[in-house]
Amino acid sequence: MPNDQAVSDSIAASARAALSTVEPRPGVPKPDPIMVADHVRRSFGGLTAVNVEHVEIQRGAITALIGPNGAGKTTFFNLITGFDDANEGTWTFNDRQVAGTAPYKLARIGMVRTFQLTKALSRMTVIDNMRLGAKHQTGERFFAAILPFLWNSQEKSVGQKAMGLLERFNLHEKVGDFAGSLSGGQRKLLEMARALMADPELIMLDEPMAGVNPALKQSLLGHIKTMREEGTTVLFVEHDMDMVHDISDWVIVMAQGEVIAEGPPDTVMKDQAVIDAYLGAHHEAQLTETGESLTESSDGDSA
Amino acid sequence: MDWSFVLTQTLTQAIGIQAIIYCLAAIGLNVQFGYTGLLNFGQVAFVAAGSYAVGVIVLTFDLSLWLAIVVGVVVALVIALILGIPTLRLRADYLAIVTIAFSELVRLTVRSIAFKDVLGGAQGLNGKLGQDFHDTNPLPADFQSLPVLSWTRQDLWVVIVGWILVALFTLLVWLLVRSPWGRIVRGIREDEAAVVSLGKNVFAYKLQALMLGGVIGAFGGIVWAVAKQSVQPDTFRPEFTFFAYTILLLGGAARVFGPIVGAILFWIILAGTGEFLGQAIQAGWIDFLQPTDVGNIRFVLMGSGLIALMVFRPQGIFGDRRELALDAK
Amino acid sequence: MLIAVRAAVSAVVLAVLSLLGVTILGASAAHAVDTTLVGSFTAPDGSGIPDVSITVSDEAGFSETGTSDANGDFAIPLPGGGTYAIEIDVTTLPDGIALENPEDASRSLLVLGGEKKIITKLVEGEGGGGDDGGFLDVSGDQFLQLLFDGILFGIMIALGALGLNLVFGTTGLTNFSHGDLLTLGAFTALILNEAGLHIIIAAPIAIVIAAVLFGWGQNKVLWRPLRRRKTGLIAMMIISIGLAIVIRYGVALFFGGAPRNFNQYAGQPGIEIGPVSTTPKALILAGLATIALIITVIWVQRSRIGKATRAVSDNPALASATGIDVEKVIAVVWTVAAGLAAFGGIYLGLTQDNIWNMGQRVLLIIFASVILGGLGTVYGAIIGALVVGVFIQLTSLVIPTEMKTVGALFVMIVILMIRPQGILGRRERVG
Repeated sequence: MPNDQAVSDSIAASARAALSTVEPRPGVPKPDPIMVADHVRRSFGGLTAVNVEHVEIQRGAITALIGPNGAGKTTFFNLITGFDDANEGTWTFNDRQVAGTAPYKLARIGMVRTFQLTKALSRMTVIDNMRLGAKHQTGERFFAAILPFLWNSQEKSVGQKAMGLLERFNLHEKVGDFAGSLSGGQRKLLEMARALMADPELIMLDEPMAGVNPALKQSLLGHIKTMREEGTTVLFVEHDMDMVHDISDWVIVMAQGEVIAEGPPDTVMKDQAVIDAYLGAHHEAQLTETGESLTESSDGDSA
Repeated sequence: MDWSFVLTQTLTQAIGIQAIIYCLAAIGLNVQFGYTGLLNFGQVAFVAAGSYAVGVIVLTFDLSLWLAIVVGVVVALVIALILGIPTLRLRADYLAIVTIAFSELVRLTVRSIAFKDVLGGAQGLNGKLGQDFHDTNPLPADFQSLPVLSWTRQDLWVVIVGWILVALFTLLVWLLVRSPWGRIVRGIREDEAAVVSLGKNVFAYKLQALMLGGVIGAFGGIVWAVAKQSVQPDTFRPEFTFFAYTILLLGGAARVFGPIVGAILFWIILAGTGEFLGQAIQAGWIDFLQPTDVGNIRFVLMGSGLIALMVFRPQGIFGDRRELALDAK
Repeated sequence: MLIAVRAAVSAVVLAVLSLLGVTILGASAAHAVDTTLVGSFTAPDGSGIPDVSITVSDEAGFSETGTSDANGDFAIPLPGGGTYAIEIDVTTLPDGIALENPEDASRSLLVLGGEKKIITKLVEGEGGGGDDGGFLDVSGDQFLQLLFDGILFGIMIALGALGLNLVFGTTGLTNFSHGDLLTLGAFTALILNEAGLHIIIAAPIAIVIAAVLFGWGQNKVLWRPLRRRKTGLIAMMIISIGLAIVIRYGVALFFGGAPRNFNQYAGQPGIEIGPVSTTPKALILAGLATIALIITVIWVQRSRIGKATRAVSDNPALASATGIDVEKVIAVVWTVAAGLAAFGGIYLGLTQDNIWNMGQRVLLIIFASVILGGLGTVYGAIIGALVVGVFIQLTSLVIPTEMKTVGALFVMIVILMIRPQGILGRRERVG
């Protein structure tokens, strides 16, 4: 866990610098990977949803995982976070084999994920949501729980850390409210703040911009950048090309279950294979901000 | 029409042994369902475990009651493991079906002729099951009864200790629920995936809740066996669990005092109606009912009460509607 | 607080209304019930055994001997509550029939009051069946008999299971009161039968009444309003439990606790078909039930509403978006389910007897069938029911008859552990 800001800044900066030397092709090795995945396959019946030969995630950078609908990126995401079982394949986290590890254990070793449909626990208060995220709480053990003096002081420090994060995310005034009374955007922020309570090394966001209004988008982007500045590695799945372009250091593109391109955002978005995947092989056009609308308005310019 | 009889009987039963037994079962359910969201419909199996432990150890094996209590707790834990490990990952309605099936399986097994020598078969175990406990009774030997409340010397001692047990378990639940452990199970009640993503071993917590709730239920069974000095397999039917749920929901699930309030209120209503009807029939006020109908009427009351509760006020008296596990699909 | 008062008042009103309804209707049917020992002697093929002698006595000197009537039933009045010794004179049992548990010949019983029913299991044989014959002791004939009985039982269960499955598929409701739909169907037929209608006429009328009143009516009055309020499925399941209790004990209140038979076919003599013995009524009922099941399945597969049913089962929102009237489909499904269940109840009543908890006794078996076959699949319920029916009968070779249901329950638990979607179900439906 990075605790010195200068150290963190330099990790982040050096991560970005390191990426500039990496060749933009699918499956390319990274200078300092926090996660490496090999031969990952997931099939449903006869359909192969995921077939990733090799992919590496650079430490300290913000990596985006994109692709058209049905590309398998969410399935792949669920596989590496332990929420689905792969048919084949291995992946490592900090050089540790984690394929097949129960998802709760992954969170403990530093991989925390959020959910596309926000799972802020509505029936609990904001502060309780936050406290839930903290690791190594003595009071969470059954027999220790009955003896408050064993965990009271820890509870206080957890509470302080929670308040700090809540202030950072501007939710501190909602501390005692039920999470269900928060707006959708506030609940997204809460989920993100809660994930940070677990001091993740790698935070994995599942479509963080889904259903988010433009004002909140900027706020979320800012928070994600701050995470990177603190030394946390970020991996997110997204459809929103603005966001991808804005903050990602590296982009991985999936289509039909495979990784078809990797590279810095600008490079990837000019990649013909990527354009074909999004628009279909008969169209020639550049992916711009509104990649989706281009699909509707493009003429049939057959090659 | 003996009104004072109706009144005294109602009051006696409202805070008497039956109320205590059901209250303990409901406290167990509160831990499992109220706070953790586990739809355990086999709670009666745990109660039976406690009762049969007393019956078997004291009667069949002629050993001490105190040993029987320990055995009862152990058996309850084992049952929780056997039941929980394979089934806790099932979703709510499947879990309900499995747990009911399990409790019926237990009942049919313990009442079978195959085990009659140890478990007493369909007749069950009857005898001086609670002697060790009754020997500790500090009440004066010439004790007749309290004013209004009609308990024997033996029964009163059971009632006193029973409510002490209720208080102790309520305290335990209160401590647990306001601790980080309680936070986790409440999170599990709402959304397991979220809790998993934060690094908590959800399965272990569900199992712990099941085990604790089962042990508390087993104590209900122990009190039952000691008080009635009789263990009958056919009293451990799913209806018992449904009664316990009604009590829990009435008082307010996920509220520490819910089971207590629910049990007392429930027995006031049930005993009150039962005694009133009994007296009214005897006095000739109601001539289209027979005394044997009273039992059935009580059940119809209970069923209607459960429906009305769920439709109009699922949070019961003290519950918080925002907190309930009932909106889950 | 006002809501609480309103809720309390509603609860009381609901309870009082249901009690009033039940007792007013039942005023004529209720009969005085003093302390009585009741029971019946039934041969394995379902027919009653008359002239069996049973003696009840106590330590105070009371002693009374009764004999079973033409239907095999007996009722011996007792002086009051207490412990009684009960002895069955096995010499009065006909040839070829014996006590399953020889110890039943001499029992001790605690009677509290009212009617006390005792159950005496009888089997074919000379010295009683005993509890564990072991596999090797089984003759091919015995096996075939059990297989045959199992299939017939399975067909009857399928009537309940198919309906439960349809309701679950379209509404998501795990209906714990489904067994009591069988009871209601049987007792509706009983009322008509005791009013003078021959059972062959009473049955179809009862089925139609049940389908409309307890199917369509139940949905309209209870489940539809609940769905509109967006009541959660768990809450609805608990409500169905409450409803089951109300129906069950309401019937007990109304009709008493003793079993009753229809006025016709109660003691039908058995017939032999090769190695297997059965009764004509069992065969006819099985045939009719099979036809009913086949028609229902074809209806679900082919008809417009049937396909709509499957669409709704799959994805109600999508079905609705394509123009299907989801509520109408659900209403039809409830009607069909209640009708099938009523048929099942009458089937049970004709082959066994009518008693307040007859539906409850088979509820878990019905659940086991549905789960085994796959909740929500079309054929699953029927296949599951047949497998469970046969399994229950065959396991009586190895485990004591009183524990037959245990086998089915155990299988259900195991299935839920290893393959919760059942034989035919798809994996994604379960989590």
